[in-house]
Amino acid sequence: MRNACIAALYDLAGRDPKILALVADNGAIVYDRYRKDYPGRFINFGIAEANMISVAAGLAACGKVPFAYTIAGFLTMRAYEQIRDDICLQRMNVKLVGIGAGFAYSDLGPTHHTVEDLALMRILPGMTIFAPCDPQEARKVTFAASEIDGPVYIRLATGGSPKVYETDRPFEVGKAVTLHKGDDMTIVTTGHIVPEVLAAVRELENEGIQIRVLHYPTVKPFDEAALLEAAEQTGPILTVEEHSIFGGLGSIVSEVLAENGCGVVCKRMGLRDRFPAGYGSYGWMKEHNGLSSRQIISSVRSLMECPSGSTS
Amino acid sequence: MADGQTCELRLSETIMPQSTLESPTRQALIEELQGFAAEMRRNIFRTICLGGGGHLPACFSIVEILTVLYRRILRVNPVDPKNPDRDRFLLSKGHAAVALYTILAEMGFLDAALLETYGHSGTILGGHPDMHKLSGVEASTGALGHGFPFSVGMALAGKMDHKSYRTFVVLGDGECQEGSIWEAAMFAAQQGLDNLTAILDYNKLQALDRLDSIVSLEPLAEKWRSFGWSVCEVDGHDIPSLLNTFGRIPFEPGKPNLVVAHTIKGKGISFMENVPIWHYRLPNPEEMRTACRDLGMDELMTGKRE
Ligand SMILES: Cc1ncc(C[n+]2csc(CCOP(=O)(O)OP(=O)(O)O)c2C)c(N)n1
Ligand SMILES: [Mg+2]
Repeated sequence: MRNACIAALYDLAGRDPKILALVADNGAIVYDRYRKDYPGRFINFGIAEANMISVAAGLAACGKVPFAYTIAGFLTMRAYEQIRDDICLQRMNVKLVGIGAGFAYSDLGPTHHTVEDLALMRILPGMTIFAPCDPQEARKVTFAASEIDGPVYIRLATGGSPKVYETDRPFEVGKAVTLHKGDDMTIVTTGHIVPEVLAAVRELENEGIQIRVLHYPTVKPFDEAALLEAAEQTGPILTVEEHSIFGGLGSIVSEVLAENGCGVVCKRMGLRDRFPAGYGSYGWMKEHNGLSSRQIISSVRSLMECPSGSTS
Repeated sequence: MADGQTCELRLSETIMPQSTLESPTRQALIEELQGFAAEMRRNIFRTICLGGGGHLPACFSIVEILTVLYRRILRVNPVDPKNPDRDRFLLSKGHAAVALYTILAEMGFLDAALLETYGHSGTILGGHPDMHKLSGVEASTGALGHGFPFSVGMALAGKMDHKSYRTFVVLGDGECQEGSIWEAAMFAAQQGLDNLTAILDYNKLQALDRLDSIVSLEPLAEKWRSFGWSVCEVDGHDIPSLLNTFGRIPFEPGKPNLVVAHTIKGKGISFMENVPIWHYRLPNPEEMRTACRDLGMDELMTGKRE
């Protein structure tokens, strides 16, 4: 999905000379074509993320449309106050592209895993957040980002993400997508954990259990209507995110359900007050951190057996 | 492997005065350390290639630095790795983790067999070092720009507590583009941390390209001097020069020490030296044969990562 986003950026740059690609010493091969064809609009800041973000804000103040790209954690955390004050507070038209979010950089360890970004980006006024689930969607959110006049955070995995959509599918900002129909229960999810969720749901389907899967490619603004409809029609909600359960999707869903007095149980899957553990393949990391399809199935089962049970 | 006794010896050893460094035993020592460094390169190469990931060139530029520090300078002891009086070593450029793992294994901090688990799911040897998993790792680094200020904290604590331990930290030149490096540099000088030695791995390359075509650090030594550091430049692959340089610490009382180590990224593998793209790449089978020849080793049986 990273490559799809950069390919979209390349196309955008062809149409609009205001588009700039900013990096902090990354994107060696993936940006080669862009660098070759738009050398004057590729800026490598070196290993200096905070500087990149404040400079991006200044560039935006003079009409440029910078897409600042680096590893999600370095982007959203190293430069957090720069994002808040220089981009959001001053409503600058800067796009942030965070790669390797969650634990996509599975064997690089906790310094390179990012399970805080949704929470951090979401509390910033005016920030739009996209978390695409596959390459096609990554391409579409990149185009959508360019049409928004204001800050956008795009949360991505790395290269080589599997396809979720078999056919072309229009993307609408702020709308949740039903990836699987069902009325027994709903799983609310977002981003590159989606294939894992779908694998779980297909297996449950073989047993006659029909789970609705509501995917949020736009995490903010949040499509409340789709969630409320699901809560009413299916009852219990399970949120699944490659992120901390604090502050991200699970929190948003809980807040919306509570504020609307829905009275349905919401259980959250994600990292529960701990850092991602272990080094290994991405599949292994999901299993080791409680987010494999097997573990999703077992959460679904316990939630269905005890729909009024505790939310812990 | 170092047993308890030889470790004790090492811990109590003081740095050799310059005069004895010129004696015939010094020649033997240098040859021994050169052999050690060559073997370390082979171990790094084996570990990374069999593990299927890692940063070979970043490891290869600091092999001699780690060799001299761990074998002759650092007062550390694998039998007593948390001794409050031990010297501290931090790898601020944490992506050279395998170089650190290799020397920690050689020094007896880690079981050498662990190196074979590198790159396999469930290993405790990840792409970046974890202080809570590994003995001898003083800080969990990987995000550039943290280890150096962290080391300043350790040196400052040593001063506050009137301890005699010294703190050593290796940082990347690309890493020096982070603002945090310069904030810490100013602060360390202000605090007069002459118990702190930073070794700047000046290989002139970062991930994408040469520093001077991205964001240049030049004039580098002058910058650090003007920030209040005592600076010494050295060939970072030349063991005698490294011995001499580290033997002169502190360079000036009251000032933190910077060793600008001029190095070659990828040193030891002909086609890798000074070629930026190797930051991201691993050799294919053909290249691996050449590399093995360069390093003076038998061909690898390449494993596959699961
Ligand atoms: C804060 C931060 N930004 C980016 C990276 C990704 N990264 C890892 S190594 C590297 C290049 C490092 O260059 P340098 O410090 O010169 O070390 P060398 O590889 O030459 O040893 C980059 C950009 C990182 N680890 N941390
Ligand atoms: Mg370098």
